[in-house]
Amino acid sequence: MTVTLLLQTLLAAPGTGNSGFDVGRMMAIIIAAIFVNNFVLSRFLGICPFLGVSKQLDSAIGMGSAVIFVMTLATLGSWTVYNLLLVPMGLAYLRTIAFILIIASLVQLVEMILQKFSPTLYQALGIFLPLITTNCAILGVAVLNIDEKYNLGYSLVNAIAAGIGFTLALVLMAGLRQKLELADVPPALKGKPVAFLVAGVMSIAFLGFAGLGS
Amino acid sequence: MMTPSILIGIVLGQDSVVESIGDPAVVLGAMGLILGLGLAFAARKLSVPKDPVVERINGILPGANCGGCGFPGCVQFAEAVARGDAPPNGCVAASAEINRQIAEVVGGEISESVKMVALVHCNGGHSAKDGFGYHGPVDCVSASMVMGGQKICSYGCLGFGDCVEVCPFDAIRMGENGVPVVDRDACTGCARCVEVCPKRIIELWPVNREVVVACSSLDKGGEARKACSVACIGCRKCEKACPVEAVKVDDNLAVIDPDRCINCGLCASECPTGAILDNAPARPRAYIDSSCIGCTLCTKVCPVDAISGELKERHSVDTEKCIGCGLCVSKCPKNSINLIGAKSYQQDREFRV
Repeated sequence: MTVTLLLQTLLAAPGTGNSGFDVGRMMAIIIAAIFVNNFVLSRFLGICPFLGVSKQLDSAIGMGSAVIFVMTLATLGSWTVYNLLLVPMGLAYLRTIAFILIIASLVQLVEMILQKFSPTLYQALGIFLPLITTNCAILGVAVLNIDEKYNLGYSLVNAIAAGIGFTLALVLMAGLRQKLELADVPPALKGKPVAFLVAGVMSIAFLGFAGLGS
Repeated sequence: MMTPSILIGIVLGQDSVVESIGDPAVVLGAMGLILGLGLAFAARKLSVPKDPVVERINGILPGANCGGCGFPGCVQFAEAVARGDAPPNGCVAASAEINRQIAEVVGGEISESVKMVALVHCNGGHSAKDGFGYHGPVDCVSASMVMGGQKICSYGCLGFGDCVEVCPFDAIRMGENGVPVVDRDACTGCARCVEVCPKRIIELWPVNREVVVACSSLDKGGEARKACSVACIGCRKCEKACPVEAVKVDDNLAVIDPDRCINCGLCASECPTGAILDNAPARPRAYIDSSCIGCTLCTKVCPVDAISGELKERHSVDTEKCIGCGLCVSKCPKNSINLIGAKSYQQDREFRV
C-alpha cells in the first residue's frame, strides 16, 4: 500500500497535478536539454570544466561521463529531499543550501563506493569526481528541475540529457582544440584566447537549434 | 491523488502535517548531521586498505607535490617507489637524510648520484646556414618532416623550440643565438625535452661537467664546415689535447665521456671551430705547500707546463698557466698540492647551449 502511494507521489508532477509519463514530452525534454538549452553553450553553466578539461579527447569523454553520472544522482537526491522534505515543511526557500549539502555529500559517498567496489571505474572517473562536486552545472540541473515542476521521471530524463549535452559540447570542443594545436594561431591569441573565441562561435552555432522541439 | 505532505504524515505515523518542526536551523542541522554521520560511517565501512609501505614513504616525503620527480604528486611518487619503478632518492626536494629513510623503508640502497640536466648538443643556431625557406607549422617536428628541416646540416637544432614548449619547469628558453639555453637550477632532468626533440640532440648530462661538445654533425670536415661555422670537423685536436683520454672522435664527431672528463677545458681551447664549449666561469688553481720534497712528478704530469722548480726544492705553480685540472694533486706522493679557489663554480650557472 505504502509502496504504491510512494510511486504515485514520485511520478506526480508537484503543483500541476499532471502525473504519469508521456513519451512525447520526454523526447521534447531530451532535445531541449541536449541542443536547444545546452548547458554549456546556451545556459553558460559549467564553463570552467568546459575550458579546463577540453584539451584532450580522452579526458573530455571521462569528464563528460562523470558529469552525466553525478547529474543523475544529484537530481535523484535533490528532487526527493525538496519534494518530500522541504516543501511539506514550508522550507522551499532553503533549497540552494540544502542542494549543495546533498550534492557534496552524495559525490563523496559515490567516490567511496566506487573506490571500494569498482576500482576500474574509480580510476576512470576518480580525478574528475571531486572536480564537479560543487559545479554550477550540477546545481543548475537540480534547480531547473524544480523550476520546471518536472516529476521525478522527467527530472531524471532531463538530468541525463543535460549531462549528454555537456559531454557533447566538451567533446566537440576537445576535437576543435586538438586541431587548433596544429593551426598557425597568432601569438597573442594562443591558448585560452582562441579557445574562448571558438567557444563563442560554437555558442552562436547552437543558437540555430532555438525553437526546435517546442 | 496523494500529495507529498500527506505522505510525510503517513511516514511519521500522523494524520496532519507537522508544521511545528519546520524550524530551518533544526532541519538543516539535522540534514547536515545525518549526512555527516552517514559519510563518517561510510568512510569506516568502505575504507580501502592501502599499502602501508606507500603510506610510510608518503609520510617521510616533503609533501610539496612539486612534480620534480616526474610524477604528478608525492603520493604517486611514493607508489612508484613502493613498486620499484622509481629510485628511493628520486625526490629532488628531499635531503640526503630523507632519501636514506625512504631507502630504509623499501630496503634498497641509494647510490650517490650527481644531478643530471639537459644538454643541447648543438650550438649552430644562426651560425648554421639554411638550405631553403620553410613556411609550415612553427614547430620542430613538422619542420623536420620536410626534407629533415630547413638547415643544410641535417643533424642540428632547428630552433623552433619544441623543447621550450614541453619543459614543465620553464627551464629552457630560446637563446639569442637561435639555440635553446638550459637553466641548470630549474632543470630537474625529467627528460621531456630529450623525448620531444626530433633531432635527438638533447642529452641528460651531469651538472658538474662543464666542458661539452656543442655539435652533433656526423658529416665529414669540409661538408660540416660549409653547413655551419661552429661544426665539429673531426680534426682530432681535442683527442690529442685531452690529458685523460676523455675525448674520442668517432664518425667525424668528438664525444666527451663525462665519467672521465676532469673539466680542464684543454680540448675547448684547442678546438679550431669552437664546437667544444668550456662553460666553466672560473677554475681552481693548484697550490703547492711547504711539504713539497721536489720530486718533479707533478711537472711531468702537468698538461700545460704550469709547474716549475728544481729537483729537491719546493716547486711553484704559474697561476696564469694552471687550468685546475687536478692531475698533479693525485700524483703528488706527499699530498702537498691542493686546489684552491672557485671550488663551487660548477653549480651556479646555465649551460651556454
